[in-house]
Amino acid sequence: MKVYAMRGAVPAMALALSMAISGNALGQKQGGSMIVTYKDDISTFDPAIGYDWQNWSMIKSLFDGLMDYKPGTTELMPDLAESYTISADSLTYTFKLRKGVKFHNGRELVASDIKYSIERSVDPVTQSPGQGFFWQIKGFDEMAAGDAKELSGIATPDDYTVVIQLSQPDATFLHIMAINFAFAVPREEVAKYGQDFGRNPVGTGAYKMTEWALGQYVIFERNVDYFREGSPFLDKITFEVGQDPSVSLLRLKRGEVDVLGDPIPSANFVEEKNDPANKGLIIEGGLLHTGYITLNVTTPPFDNKLVRQAVNMAINKDRVLRIVNNRGVAANQPLPPAMPGYDPNYKGYPFDPEKAKQLLAEAGFPDGFETELYTMNTDPNPRIAQSFQQDLAAIGIRAEIKSLAQATVIDAGGQGTAPMLWSGGMAWIADYPDPSNFYGPILGCGGAVPGGWNWAKYCNEEIEARAAKADGMASDDQAAARIDAWRQIFIDIMEEAPWVPVLNEVRFAMHSARIGGKDIFFADPIHIPVHYEYAYAKDVK
Amino acid sequence: MLRYLSRRLVASLLILIGITMVTFALTFLIPADPVRMIAGRSASAQTVESIRHQLGLDKPVLVQYANYVAKLAQGDLGRSYVQKTEVTLLIQSRLPATLLLMAGAIFFEILIGLPAGILAAARRGKFLDRGVMILSFVGVSTPQFVLGLILLYVFANLLGWFPLSGYGSFQHLVLPALTLGIAGGGWYSRMMRSSMVEVLRHDYIRTARAKGLSEPGVILVHGLRNAILPVIAMIGLDIGIFMSGAVVVESVFGWPGIGQLAWLAIQRVDIPIIMGVTLVAAVAIVLGNLLADLMAPLIDPRIRLR
Repeated sequence: MKVYAMRGAVPAMALALSMAISGNALGQKQGGSMIVTYKDDISTFDPAIGYDWQNWSMIKSLFDGLMDYKPGTTELMPDLAESYTISADSLTYTFKLRKGVKFHNGRELVASDIKYSIERSVDPVTQSPGQGFFWQIKGFDEMAAGDAKELSGIATPDDYTVVIQLSQPDATFLHIMAINFAFAVPREEVAKYGQDFGRNPVGTGAYKMTEWALGQYVIFERNVDYFREGSPFLDKITFEVGQDPSVSLLRLKRGEVDVLGDPIPSANFVEEKNDPANKGLIIEGGLLHTGYITLNVTTPPFDNKLVRQAVNMAINKDRVLRIVNNRGVAANQPLPPAMPGYDPNYKGYPFDPEKAKQLLAEAGFPDGFETELYTMNTDPNPRIAQSFQQDLAAIGIRAEIKSLAQATVIDAGGQGTAPMLWSGGMAWIADYPDPSNFYGPILGCGGAVPGGWNWAKYCNEEIEARAAKADGMASDDQAAARIDAWRQIFIDIMEEAPWVPVLNEVRFAMHSARIGGKDIFFADPIHIPVHYEYAYAKDVK
Repeated sequence: MLRYLSRRLVASLLILIGITMVTFALTFLIPADPVRMIAGRSASAQTVESIRHQLGLDKPVLVQYANYVAKLAQGDLGRSYVQKTEVTLLIQSRLPATLLLMAGAIFFEILIGLPAGILAAARRGKFLDRGVMILSFVGVSTPQFVLGLILLYVFANLLGWFPLSGYGSFQHLVLPALTLGIAGGGWYSRMMRSSMVEVLRHDYIRTARAKGLSEPGVILVHGLRNAILPVIAMIGLDIGIFMSGAVVVESVFGWPGIGQLAWLAIQRVDIPIIMGVTLVAAVAIVLGNLLADLMAPLIDPRIRLR
């Protein structure tokens, strides 16, 4: 599939070159600055620790990994690596590093930095939320358990070569080398700052952090030594935090702010979207996101497949879309449309309350039953839950809404005490653009443990075996067959209906007229919410 | 005086120890697992247990409390679970903004509340009294985010007199402080009025009037000095309340105060920050009260501290 199309150094260099050229052709000039606002404070810039949608893209601007994605797409390309080769058995990956890449402290990046950085994320002392992504590297179990100080599977024969041995083939491995947790950090800076490295980040990225006034603002400045010539465009980005989104919107209209980091506030959305003055400033982009209701398959009556199918037919997704001002599209399967493996021909369960009632009667619940629906307590989620409640009542299911704080809902889901749970506000946004990321933790047996994120507690051994087989198909010529296998897995899961897929969120970003950049960079599927490296200021002389 | 002070300080310390116990217990009652929040969604059970062990959260509750208090005694509030930053640093960085907003808010509360209360008391039962009391009622009951947004829209967006949001200059302070001051001023004016009405009934006021003192003189010289005590006590309370952060106003105006920090920590179940902010707020309330008590005899010499 597309994801595997870009291999080797030549296409990547050609791409970088063509972008530099097209950049000039468009009249984009290096220089200028922009101001981005956020409601919440930034938690950390440590790539081994940061795991929220706000710092995800900022960390990508400060650090680099062996692999990255072609801007605006989900296609892999080498980044710190100049090229790589994969052995015939798909167990050995050999990466050749770019020469002359410098950390922000001036030291050149060498192969041992890559080894150190990945090991740092695996080391239990780091407490990285990304530790589990590296399970396929040889020696992972020993190091994760604290029995080994390094990963036996990573070798550095010289300063510009990294050889990684896997314990079993894994088709997602190159994605893992592009994930933030694998980004290169200089060990001397980590040693210097210890746990405070997240406030004093030093990477190889397009930007370096030069100032952080806690709770107020962060300043990124262009890394003049950045290895991609001509990138980035802006000299300076200021992130103002603690800013109310509706006030930021007013400021944007007055020219004080350039990019809204948060979504356009719900109350202003329709008005702004229809305002002709905002033409070209509001950008729409699909996220790798699905919002869904989980039905706990281990608790009656949801242990009955007919009941789960009935619920799937009872939910009116169009009403939910109206509640969110049409900032989304109706979903009928776990994968979002932008994800490889999405099946555009699959029709899903129709909205058919009559049929749903029949199924309930067939399942032995002609008069329905009582249950609980958990939801996060921030708008619009309680309103969406009420919409579900109404739909369920129409087929005789009396659902009590449990509207609680995010952490409490996640805990109830993890412990398996929530019969029904609406994922809004904490739903799955892909860590990397591969269908397997939508299976393991949220629909696979591994996540169906106490505290796991598989809130439906769905664990099907037959599907599990097929999933493992699909992820073992790691060679190039198997790529298409692998995606087909995943497509069928998700359709077969839908037959068992552990979820009601409800919607795929669409993100609407807004920027000022002063800032340019292709629309896709303000709605990048990977660099959520903004691909900071590709925005430019139009007023640069 | 010294004996009084030392007795009060000992009592305050006991209160604070009690507060550490309560906050510590509360964080155990939160139906959410902080370790899960740190470990992320793809963590194995082994990783979760390893983090729990490193944070010492697998130890008995009493041992955890003892460790906490031992560190606290050295001024160590621990590190944020999510940010890994020292809690003392996070709170310190928010302190200037919080103190500034507190000072500004109390300034407006007094500026609005005292004259309004005095006028209402002096014109008790008259049109002015009713008007002031209705306004104060409106001030007290308007939600802060509504008032804040109205002020913001009129004075910052339409008139452009003040910046829309942020922190750093005197102009930035006016609107958030005024928002808090209007709400608080409503309380102050009611408090001032009832206290003044009470004082004006006393014989020495009648004497002052009888000796020919002008009405403003009676009220400002003899009345105010006696009537202001409850207001001073209220300022002491306010200090504590503002120290725990003005969450709503801070978020409307983008003010980098302690409230924002606490609110975010609550959402992320970042227990060390929640405990740190609670403790700082508790210390401030205790100190604020102490300060108000110590100031009382300076204003009214009849009060002796024993």
